[in-house]
Amino acid sequence: MSSSKTTQQCAVVDELYAEAVHWDVNTGEETIHAKRISGVWRNVKWWSYIVWLPFFLGPYLRLGDRQAVLFDIPSRKFHIFNITVLPQDFWMLSLVLLFLAILLALVTATVGRVWCGYLCFQTIWTDIYTWIEEKLEGSPQKRRKLEQAPWGVGKIGIKVAKHFLWLLIAAITGISFVAWFVDAYELWGDIFTLQLSETAMITIALFVAGTYVLAGFLREQVCFWLCPYARIQGVMVDSSTIIPTYDFHRGEPRGRMKKGEAGGDRSLGDCVSCNQCIAVCPTGVDIREGQQEGCIMCALCIDACDAVMDKVKLPRGLIRYESLDELNGKQNPPVHRRPRVWVYSAIALAALSGIIFGLNSLDAVELKVLHSRQPLFVIKSDGSIRNRYTLKVLNKTTSDLKVKVTASGQDGLQLSGTQKQISAAAGSVSARTVFVSVPRQNLTGESGPILFHIEGTDGADIVYSYTRESVFIGPKR
Amino acid sequence: MADNNPFPGENNTGHIWDDDLRELSNPPPRWWTILWWVSLAWCVVYGVLYPMIPFVTDSSKGILNWTQIGEYKEGLAEVEKIREKYESRISTMSAKEILADAELSNYISHGDGAGAGKVLFGDNCSACHGSAGQGMSNFPVLADDDWIWGGGVEKIVETITNGRGPKAVVPSPGMPAHGATLSTKEIGGLAKYVVGLSEGKDDPNGKKMFMEKGCVGCHGMDGKGMAVLGSVNLTDAIWRFDAADRLSSAAYTIQHGVNQMANPKSREAEMPTFGGRLSADEIKKLAVYVYKFGGGN
Repeated sequence: MSSSKTTQQCAVVDELYAEAVHWDVNTGEETIHAKRISGVWRNVKWWSYIVWLPFFLGPYLRLGDRQAVLFDIPSRKFHIFNITVLPQDFWMLSLVLLFLAILLALVTATVGRVWCGYLCFQTIWTDIYTWIEEKLEGSPQKRRKLEQAPWGVGKIGIKVAKHFLWLLIAAITGISFVAWFVDAYELWGDIFTLQLSETAMITIALFVAGTYVLAGFLREQVCFWLCPYARIQGVMVDSSTIIPTYDFHRGEPRGRMKKGEAGGDRSLGDCVSCNQCIAVCPTGVDIREGQQEGCIMCALCIDACDAVMDKVKLPRGLIRYESLDELNGKQNPPVHRRPRVWVYSAIALAALSGIIFGLNSLDAVELKVLHSRQPLFVIKSDGSIRNRYTLKVLNKTTSDLKVKVTASGQDGLQLSGTQKQISAAAGSVSARTVFVSVPRQNLTGESGPILFHIEGTDGADIVYSYTRESVFIGPKR
Repeated sequence: MADNNPFPGENNTGHIWDDDLRELSNPPPRWWTILWWVSLAWCVVYGVLYPMIPFVTDSSKGILNWTQIGEYKEGLAEVEKIREKYESRISTMSAKEILADAELSNYISHGDGAGAGKVLFGDNCSACHGSAGQGMSNFPVLADDDWIWGGGVEKIVETITNGRGPKAVVPSPGMPAHGATLSTKEIGGLAKYVVGLSEGKDDPNGKKMFMEKGCVGCHGMDGKGMAVLGSVNLTDAIWRFDAADRLSSAAYTIQHGVNQMANPKSREAEMPTFGGRLSADEIKKLAVYVYKFGGGN
C-alpha cells in the first residue's frame, strides 16, 4: 500500500467520524441537567403557563346546583356552562378536534413549534419538576455531583423531598383531571373520607404514575421517541417558518474569545463557543447544528446567547427568531401571501363555523325514524300496504314531555300505535313502534317519502317540534 | 489478561482478537433492566394468583381460584338476577295479561340474550316464518293481520302449544282434494270465483257453484272462512299458497287439497307442536312476541 493511498484512506475515515458526531442520538443514557437562566423568552414561557390554570380551577365553577363544566360519562351528558351536549351531538367533537389539529398546523407553519416550546404539558410539567429540582438540589453542576455522591442522610433527605413534591404535583394533576368528570367538591370529599370509586382511583393512579414518570424521568425522551406530534410538526415547518435559528453566517467560524480581545476586533465569527445554548437546552440539542427534530423551539437558547453577547459586547441576536430564507438573504413572503396559511385558515374556519352552527342548532327534541327492514312491508287483508317504523324521540330538555306524533306524505295513510302519547323522559331517548298503512292503489311507486312530525309539550305553553323524513315501501308494481 | 489489556480504561471484557477486535460490555439501559425485572416479578405474582402452569391433565389453580367458566357463571347469575323480577311475573300471568303490561311486553320484544323473545323466535320459528315473521314461500306471514287459526294472543299460544294440522294435539283434517269429484272445468270456474272474491268481485254463477259444491261448508256463506276449522278467508288479499299465477295456484289447491295423506300432490300446511319442546313461559313470550309483529288482533 503506497503512502498516498493511506493518506486518502485516513481522510475518508476522518470524514466518516466527523459526520458520526452529528448522528449522535440522545437515548437518555444521561440525564440532561439544563441550566436555568432568566430572559425575555423565559418570562414568556412563565406567562404562557397561565393557559393551564383553567385545567386546575375550572372544575370548581358552579352553575346553579351543578358543576359549570362537567363531562358526566355515566349518564352520557356533557355540560358546558348552560349548554348540554348529548352523545347524539358528538359529531361536533370531531370538528373541535379538526379545528385544534389545523390550528396546530397553522401555528407551526408560521412560527414553529410554539405548542411544544411553550404550551405542551410535557414541556411545562418537566419545567416545573426541574424547577423544584433546582430549588432543592442546586445548579446543574451540583445536581451532577449529588448524583455521583454516596447515599447519606443529606442526599436521602433532598431526594425524598423532591420526589414527594413531584408526586404531590402528579396527584393534583390526576385529581384535577378526574374533577372534570365527577363533581369536584364531592371528589375531594371522597378522597378525604377514602370512599373513592374504583374508576376514579385507577384514573388518578394512572395520572400520578404518568406525570411522575414522564415529567420526572423520561422528560425530553418523550419528545424524542414517544410523541407523534414532534415528528408531524417537523414536516409542517418550512424554510419560511420563523423559528429560533442560529445565524451561522455571523457565527462561523466559531472559536473561543482570546484574552484582551474586544467585541469589534475579532478575527473569528461571533460565536464564542461558550456552549451556553447547549447548557440551557431542555432537550440537550445544539441549535448551531441547524433545525433538528430534538429542538422543541422553546427559545431558551436565545436568552442564553443574548446574555453572553451582552457580556462579550457583541450585538444580540446571534440566535434569534428568523426563518431559514431570511437568514440566507431572501425576503420572507408576508403571512397572508403563503398558500399554507390560506389553506389551514380555511379549514380551521370551516370547522369553527360547523361548531358554531352545531351549537346554535341544537334542537330541544329530536326524532329518529328507523324503517323496519324485515319485512320491508306487509300486505294486509284489505289489500293495503303496511310499513313498520321505530320512532326514537330524544328529549334534550330538562323536563319530561308528552309527545304527539303525526305522519304525512302518502295519500290516505293511516298511522297506528300512537293513540297513547309518547312520554319522553328528560335527557333520554324514548322508543315507540308505529305502523303506517296506505291503500295499495294510492302508492305511486315502489317507495315514496313519508314525513313524521312530533310535537312535545311539558304542559306549559312551549311546544317543541321536529320533523323527519323516512321512506314508505310497497311491492313492485 | 486484564493485566496486559492494550486498551486500558475501556469497557472491554478482555477478549481481544487480531490485535484490536475486542468485545465491549455495554449493558442495556437501566430503565430497560428495571422493566424486565418488574415483568418477571409480575409473572410470578400472576402465577401465584391465577392458573398458569399446565400439567398433563390439569393445571395449577392459583390462590384466587379464578376460572373462565366461573367468571362466566358469575356474569350469568348477575344477568339472571336482573331478569328474575320479570321472569317471576311472566310465570304467574297469562299471555293476555303480559301483553297488557307495557313493561313486560317491552322486556319480551326488546330484550336480548337467552330467553328473550327475539332469541326464542330465532331458534324455534324463524326457519319457516322468517327472521321477523315475514313468512316464506308456502309458510304464513305472521306480521300481517290475516290469521287462519285466530290472531288473539291466547289463540297464538294455543297454536304454538298444540300445533296445527294432521299431527297436531287436536288434529285437523285439512282441505279435501276435489280432483276426483269435480271436473277440470268446474275446478277452473271455482278458482276463478275465489280469486275474484279476493279482488272484490262476486260473480253470481261462481257463487252458485261455490254453494253447490260444498265449499260453503267450511269457508262459510260469505267465503270468509272459520278460524275454528282453520279454513281460510277467501275474500281478503292474502293467499296462504300464493303464486304469480293465482288462478292455477287456486285450482291446484282445489284439485289436490291440503294435508291429504292419500294424495301425494296435496299441499302441506303443518305447524309443529311446541308444547313438549318449550316451557309454558317460553310459549307465552313467543305469543306476545309474535303478536307484536303488528298482526295480532
